Amino acid sequence: MSSYHLDHLQYLETEAIHIMREVAAEFERPALLFSGGKDSICLLRLAEKAFRPSDIPMPFLNVETGHEFPELIEFRDRRAQQLGAKLIVRTVDQAIANGTAMPAPGEISRNKLQIPVLLGAIEEFRFDCAIGGARRDEEKARAKERFFSFRDAFGQWDPKNQRPEIWNLYNARLNPGENMRVFPLSNWTEMDVWEYIKKEKLEVPNIYFSHRRDCFRRGGQWLPVPPSHTDATKPDPYEGARPKSNEPIKSMVVRVRTIADMISTGMIESPADSVDDIIAEVSAARVTERGTRADDKASEAAMEDRKKAGYF
Amino acid sequence: MPASHPVELLRFNTCGSVDDGKSTLIGRLLYDSKSLMEDQIEALERSADLTGGGQINLANLTDGLRAEREQGITIDVAYRYFATPRRKFIVADTPGHVQYTRNMVTGASTANLSIVLVDARQGVIEQSRRHTYIASLLRIPHLVIAINKMDLVDWSESRFIEIRDEFETFLPRLDMKDVKFIPISALNGDNVVEPSKKTPWYVGPTLLGHLESLHIGSDWNLNGFRLPVQWVNRPNNPTDRELHDFRGLSGQIAGGIVKVGQKIMVLPSGFKSTVKQIWTYDGPVEEAFCPQSVTLVLEHDLDISRGDMIVGLDGLPGAGTELRATVCWMNPRPLQRGRKYFLKHTSQTVQVMVSALESRIDIRSYDAQPEPPELAMNDIGEVRLKTARPLIYDGYNINRLTGSFILIEQGTNATVAAGMLHPALEAVKPEYNDFAI
Repeated sequence: MSSYHLDHLQYLETEAIHIMREVAAEFERPALLFSGGKDSICLLRLAEKAFRPSDIPMPFLNVETGHEFPELIEFRDRRAQQLGAKLIVRTVDQAIANGTAMPAPGEISRNKLQIPVLLGAIEEFRFDCAIGGARRDEEKARAKERFFSFRDAFGQWDPKNQRPEIWNLYNARLNPGENMRVFPLSNWTEMDVWEYIKKEKLEVPNIYFSHRRDCFRRGGQWLPVPPSHTDATKPDPYEGARPKSNEPIKSMVVRVRTIADMISTGMIESPADSVDDIIAEVSAARVTERGTRADDKASEAAMEDRKKAGYF
Repeated sequence: MPASHPVELLRFNTCGSVDDGKSTLIGRLLYDSKSLMEDQIEALERSADLTGGGQINLANLTDGLRAEREQGITIDVAYRYFATPRRKFIVADTPGHVQYTRNMVTGASTANLSIVLVDARQGVIEQSRRHTYIASLLRIPHLVIAINKMDLVDWSESRFIEIRDEFETFLPRLDMKDVKFIPISALNGDNVVEPSKKTPWYVGPTLLGHLESLHIGSDWNLNGFRLPVQWVNRPNNPTDRELHDFRGLSGQIAGGIVKVGQKIMVLPSGFKSTVKQIWTYDGPVEEAFCPQSVTLVLEHDLDISRGDMIVGLDGLPGAGTELRATVCWMNPRPLQRGRKYFLKHTSQTVQVMVSALESRIDIRSYDAQPEPPELAMNDIGEVRLKTARPLIYDGYNINRLTGSFILIEQGTNATVAAGMLHPALEAVKPEYNDFAI
């Protein structure tokens, strides 16, 4: 400590804490997007470091597609309770039911449908800021994001007209109806996240670790077989996402590297069953994390288009 | 990976004119340091097939947005990350067009080092002078002049020396302490990661070797304690006696070192007190330093809020409502005398009026033109400002964090300028409210 020198994780941590506190001080009604995934798990620890011994001065918000891994939901709810935080959940199902989200004909993934649900929640609770766990190393369009990403009254991102961010001075001023997305982990890499999880001894959902699961091959990825449809009075939420007769089911030893929902998360074959194993695997990995995300494969500009429409 | 020694982080930005090969250089660093993944290389190969040439275009790695690929330019700062066993790197890829100087200021403001790329065939052009000037203006501690496309001048040592000499005609006018010239070919990788066999006359390190080894431990200011109060931490917990009375002052240390028991002053009030505890989530610590984020508990219960600054008693900062500053103007609507803006400095925002435009810097000659009618987008000039409340600050040459500000346009809320404060003429003179000691 007396070397007056920060290592890279300590530097990333102090930068992120500074940003968290700017949010608490500059916005009236911020929210923290918490999915239970590894990035937002780090956000929670940073929030504790920024605000303790006080309560974390903002509720947690999660948008469910309805296709979540049950392990993730259980973890999310438990973690929010442990931290004494208020957890707000809004779902694509509700939004479809009340007509604010319209599925495209034939589209199984509900990834894009999260956009109107998120914007609806921001409006419902009059949130002026949402903190998210996105990182610039994830994707080319994210590489151009600011820490404080300004969104107009329609929630849109305009990459050609972003506010310059100079030094550590963040312009948080908004007019009514506008809002801000803030990304404290902008400068973190996948490796930094896992090293931080190790250093802070953070619990992560067990689907990140190696386990046996039934999978099938589609679109160059191993997708998990969805839970069976039991309630015959309702339509099958996983219709179209179940293996077809020419897609044989295989029992495999797998884990997730990044979590979207069950429909858009490819499983990777892996024996890694500890954080140390995962760190070794990430450092040897030859494919990017987003390489296992079906939602990004649509086109080279898939993320850019979703972000312009209001995606996180 | 054995992590026996702490891994440092080095932030750098690359700047150069269009086609100087910035994106290719970053692509080369990522490629040769094996920081690229198979799917990224696959995507590169796909786009190489599409554009016909069949050769991998490393620039496609960084030109991320569709609009950029279509126009073949970089329109905004893109951040890239790579690591070697010795260091982690954050790269800000900043575009070189004249109209995007604001992006270079953005990318360079947090950098330890700037790489100015020069095309060996062209030598020093106006953009090279502009980029070098901005690097010195922002007081980037380290500068690398990478003379690129050496393959196209037959690896000529005399051409390398010629360009270096051109830089030497104006570098002495700039306040740059650490400048390194490196001959490279980003396209072929010479002297980027591996030493080139084609430059036997060059005895220095490769670019990556230099980035991995240069001393950056002194890049933060460790003199003169400064803590801009960001957030007052009051749990107000009625069930826990200890927490009920807890009153912490949270912020990121912007300069110096603070220790438990140290006497401090709160500005602008001038109240003095003693540091009772340095609270962190991981437990109390005996001392903390710039740029750590901490929560201070003082001996006395003083009225302190966001925007106040806690400072050490040695080397007090300046204070005042009449400021002189160098600004880089970043908005299509020009800066004119008499205009009002919001000024954000550390953790406070105040109203400010531009009382005078003293000069505009001519980027070709570095000469100051007195009393310009306005500052247009990408102009750099010296101004006088009058703030509605006194600012507690240091000169930017002393402390980059307490000497910098941004201007925000009222109404649109656009960030319109980056500003660097000139040192105050006199230090703050607090009224002597000594009763708190």
